[in-house]
Amino acid sequence: MAKLQSTFKNMFLSLSIICLTVAVLLAQVNKMTAKPIADAKAMKLQNAISEVVPAFDNDPVAEAYRMADGQGDSLLVYPARKGDEIVGYALSSYSNNGFSGNIQIMIGFDMNDRIVNYAVLQHAETPGLGSKMTEWFKNPEKPSQSILGRDLSQGTLAVSKDGGEVDAITASTITSRAFLEAVNKAYQAYSESREDGYSGASPKNAAEKSNDEAEEIKKEEQSNE
Amino acid sequence: MNNNFKVLINGIIKENPTFVLLLGMCPTLATTSSAINGMSMGLATMFVLICSNMVISMLKNVIPDMVRIPAYIVVIATFVTIIEMVMNAYVPALADSLGIFIPLIVVNCIVLGRAEAFASKNGVFASIFDGAGMGLGFTLSLTVLGAVRELMGTGKIFSMNIYPEQYGSLLFVLAPGAFIVLGYLIAIFNKLQHK
Amino acid sequence: MEHKLIVSPSPHVHSGDTIQKNMYNVLIALIPAFLVALYVFRLDALIITASSVLFCVGFEFLIVKYILKKTPTLSDGSAIITGVLLAFNVPSNLPVWILALGCLFAIGVVKLSFGGLGNNIFNPAIAGRIFLLISFPAQMTTWPAAFPAAGTTDAVSSATVLGTLKFAPEALPSLQSMLLGTEGGSLGEMSALALMLGLVYLLWKKTITWHIPVSILATVAFFTGILYLFNPLPLYHPLIHLFSGGLMLGAVFMATDYVTSPMTKKGMLIYGAGIGFVTMAIRLWGAYPEGVSFAILLMNALTPLINNYTSPKRFGEVVKNG
Repeated sequence: MAKLQSTFKNMFLSLSIICLTVAVLLAQVNKMTAKPIADAKAMKLQNAISEVVPAFDNDPVAEAYRMADGQGDSLLVYPARKGDEIVGYALSSYSNNGFSGNIQIMIGFDMNDRIVNYAVLQHAETPGLGSKMTEWFKNPEKPSQSILGRDLSQGTLAVSKDGGEVDAITASTITSRAFLEAVNKAYQAYSESREDGYSGASPKNAAEKSNDEAEEIKKEEQSNE
Repeated sequence: MNNNFKVLINGIIKENPTFVLLLGMCPTLATTSSAINGMSMGLATMFVLICSNMVISMLKNVIPDMVRIPAYIVVIATFVTIIEMVMNAYVPALADSLGIFIPLIVVNCIVLGRAEAFASKNGVFASIFDGAGMGLGFTLSLTVLGAVRELMGTGKIFSMNIYPEQYGSLLFVLAPGAFIVLGYLIAIFNKLQHK
Repeated sequence: MEHKLIVSPSPHVHSGDTIQKNMYNVLIALIPAFLVALYVFRLDALIITASSVLFCVGFEFLIVKYILKKTPTLSDGSAIITGVLLAFNVPSNLPVWILALGCLFAIGVVKLSFGGLGNNIFNPAIAGRIFLLISFPAQMTTWPAAFPAAGTTDAVSSATVLGTLKFAPEALPSLQSMLLGTEGGSLGEMSALALMLGLVYLLWKKTITWHIPVSILATVAFFTGILYLFNPLPLYHPLIHLFSGGLMLGAVFMATDYVTSPMTKKGMLIYGAGIGFVTMAIRLWGAYPEGVSFAILLMNALTPLINNYTSPKRFGEVVKNG
């Protein structure tokens, strides 16, 4: 078969046909992978939540709502329930003051103002330095640097260089400060959400409220990429 | 078949895209912070190379010369989008760590270069072998680069401990390390080839 | 005919200047700073400096002999200077194995990979320091306090003047202690006074000209001076910036390296001003408290370009229009 000449008709037809075929193919693949992609994302969020709060049996993502952090912004709060009783809150918090900008964490509190656990969702800190925060603040062998089990109603956390009680990551004071800022912010939203009586609200009520919130969460997740 | 085999080896050694042709430097430098990242980047590129080479050599006669570049790009972009969606669905952690560099395979000069230089002039089978050879060459060099950087930076290869992590030099995991290690690997590769 | 006519390329009159002579002059000029380091950090200073020199000379010898398979030319003294300068740029409590890696990088990668003395684009000691700073940031930024009391050497870490300036400006030390070198810091950057003594010696011996150090220091003073006029914060105080950190060490000993600095007087002034400007930009607005080494490395890279644009006009050359 001879090569097609570059006439307008040939060019138009060949490109159109290629584009159409490709579009159909991509649509098919998208259809096949859309669900696994959504599942993988939900799984990631779910895992982060279950890592940071005591065992629960509800769906915190569906019941999520926003709560002011006292600094003109609001954070997503994921209440964790066992039966009808709230056992803890997971909060997705952030700081923009990391060594390389934005840091996002998921942090869990129990009902006594104590930190249960945390997970770092996203960061761009220096590998081997600031990136140590994923483990540093939950090392059970070093109580002076671990924040697990700390009671924040006694006052917010600060690194020891700033007169606080948490040992900063070696040579990464800026990252440590940013991390603790995110933690304190989360605590603020947590205590507000307890005062607001959300803890007493019935699950149904919260679920209703969270419908448009869930939309918002989805949007936010997309914009995070 | 013998000829096809030659085409395959050509991509791995004589015209190795990274060490000889110096093509596709952006993903080469940016994604090789560990051996596994380098290897997955290489494999993803290899998939795109083989598929786009195959399709383009099949279509070479129905694509008029004046619109060949847009047509090639559309074909390449399709396969990149497919692999991106598949990776997001089934290996999300890996897709996260490679991030933007998967979509960027579209503009990787190896892929378009092979489409233009080889697939548009040769038969389907030869083009598949060329894609596989180039892809393997790319994968191998990225894996070696990633392994060296991972070993020197964190004391591991494929996340297996070789020596304690605190003795590793962070520089090799960061951007400057990529340039330095790549330079030495090219030097060694040249030296071996000229022997 | 009694005398043969000898035709040889210039220079015809030799001043007796050799690489060795210049290198040993630099070493002599480093002695005051070394004495201060010895006084402040005691035995640690000696151990770091000696092992750094030993590693640099050793790596140069081994690489030249067994990898490049040439005759080692250690007697030119350049490896010794690299060793001393690298040692002056690290904290006195740096583990020796890290120092050895820095020496290997400085000599093996930065110097010999490019073809040895005279062909290296970057100053080996500066590049070695930056390699260490990026690779081992924790160890490289934990400075021991000056005048360690017996038994507490390892435990105490102290902030440098610039670190304090950037992150906690209320606890600034006095200018006098910066000048004399009793604040925390790397080995060789302790006392600005001792380094200036070295500068005077080098100028007197004509080992270096005034252009590079003076243009660096003047740019820093000018830059901070203007900012200080508008906003008199300690962060902008010109004297603090002149006498703290590695500025003096870099300006006198590192930036003036023959191989990696421009050849013409005009080029040297541009080069020095560039270093001063980049240093201040990093110190004031960057993430690191100190930026001298990055500034020198950057200007090293620009040196060929500066040489190209400042090459002297040939006699009789017509200036091109446009």
